[in-house]
Amino acid sequence: MTRVLIPSGALGLGYDKVALERAVTAKPDLIAIDGGSTDSGPSYLGRGVSKYARESTKAEWQGLIEARIAADCPLVIGTAGTCGTDSTVDWLYEITLEILSDLGATAKIARLYSEQDPRKIARSSLTPLSAAPDIDTATIESCTHIVALAGAEQINAALETGADIIIAGRTTDTAIIAALPLANGNHAGGAWHGAKIGECGALCATNPQSGVILVDFDDTGFTVTPMADGAFATPHTVSAHMLYENSDPFILYEPGGYLDVTGAKYTAIDERSVRVDGSKWVPSDAYSVKLEGARITGYQTILMAILRDAHYVENAQSWCDDILLKHGLKVADRIGLDPATWHAELRIIGQDANLGYLETRTSNATELGVLAILTAPDQATANTLGKLMNPYLLHHPLTQAEEQPTFAFPFSPAEIDRGAAYEFVLHHVMELADPMDAFRLEVTDV
Amino acid sequence: MSSVSQIVQKVRSKNAGPFWLTIDIFCGTPAAYAQIVEGLSTARIAALFKTTPDQIKRFDIADLNVIKFSLPRPTIQGSRTDRDMHGAGWAPLVAELDIN
Repeated sequence: MTRVLIPSGALGLGYDKVALERAVTAKPDLIAIDGGSTDSGPSYLGRGVSKYARESTKAEWQGLIEARIAADCPLVIGTAGTCGTDSTVDWLYEITLEILSDLGATAKIARLYSEQDPRKIARSSLTPLSAAPDIDTATIESCTHIVALAGAEQINAALETGADIIIAGRTTDTAIIAALPLANGNHAGGAWHGAKIGECGALCATNPQSGVILVDFDDTGFTVTPMADGAFATPHTVSAHMLYENSDPFILYEPGGYLDVTGAKYTAIDERSVRVDGSKWVPSDAYSVKLEGARITGYQTILMAILRDAHYVENAQSWCDDILLKHGLKVADRIGLDPATWHAELRIIGQDANLGYLETRTSNATELGVLAILTAPDQATANTLGKLMNPYLLHHPLTQAEEQPTFAFPFSPAEIDRGAAYEFVLHHVMELADPMDAFRLEVTDV
Repeated sequence: MSSVSQIVQKVRSKNAGPFWLTIDIFCGTPAAYAQIVEGLSTARIAALFKTTPDQIKRFDIADLNVIKFSLPRPTIQGSRTDRDMHGAGWAPLVAELDIN
């Protein structure tokens, strides 16, 4: 049997400290936590930075290092620092050194690096996944960061070093949990399925904010138990978690194969725990890892104006269309910029800013926000585009006949430089002869 | 005639990675599940998202009283044209559909 403690869905989200203490006394074989995902968008991967405050990360990571010492078991984090680049692995490594120094503790630390060289990836043979964007060599080479998603093999290579703390770059959410049960010879389908159920912590149970759960893996399947007061796993909450952020609730692709839970049986053991058997792991012939990449798509300046005059609220769309037309002419006149290199957009908040062309309802708003988004090849140009937009948002009349109107600006200056805007460009897999071919391990005694 | 949201417990939309969107309709009861399975065609979901039915993956999961639709994201997450980083804002489109 392998017992894995999962403190929460991600480091930085917080966890129930009492539940964590209770879980530690249950003698886990491993504490595993996820550090990120693509869900917050391409900027984090593009810049190679964490979404969460360093202070939150340090406080929560310290709690887990103390739990690791108390439980006398390894602690592993996957996708360290939101995106799992080398820079975020090193960021968390530095935080770890500070914590160990504060605690007067020692540890063997393994760092697993997942970052790839864009020039090398551009020359590699890649297979697109469903709905992948079109890419070419130049697109790949222009990525600021590319990571490969490590699977159980790479995590096990890190565990085999005897490390107390493993700081992994990008991994699949499940790999950090499935790795040890697989190494221990537990049921492979159960290992991956239990890892998928556990990867968001107590999200597979009631009281999901409490975070802490235990997953016990054995020869036929797994048992999941939430640890907080008021947290209960039921066959319904557990099986429903397969829906979460998954395009297919029965099949989950991982490096080296896929998990099929079509035949899984979920049984309540008591009011708190659920037993799952019948999951299947189907190994693939080749070993492939998924890639994620982000690149700069331009630099942006934004402005916001608010329309409260009923006449303008009613005619907001034609007001915006007219402004875009006049702004375009002004840009051509003042800076002669090639229209193919820049972009201006006005989103009407209160009308269709969320859904755009898919919106089915018509607005009956008291006021409307107009969000201007200017995109250009560099920040200075984006700012200039914003400055050329400013007078229209402030004073543009619907007709020549009316007196010059003035609209509400919440800020001065109205132009807000947003910096680089990034986009995801890879949804592809790369075949590896050996699982460690695209990954590097560094082990230090601290 | 009732809207989906009047019949079911909850409609949720989420990213399934940067390139896919997934919509879960939690019906709550077998009766509500039957009503949605019967009344909400894949073609209607495709039309709602201005795409074709072959782009929609559909899962009718009676054990959970859940109907799930997955489709390529209408805009790639975080791209210049994207309006909703986490993809949760598409759920109301489905929730507001009328069911006979």
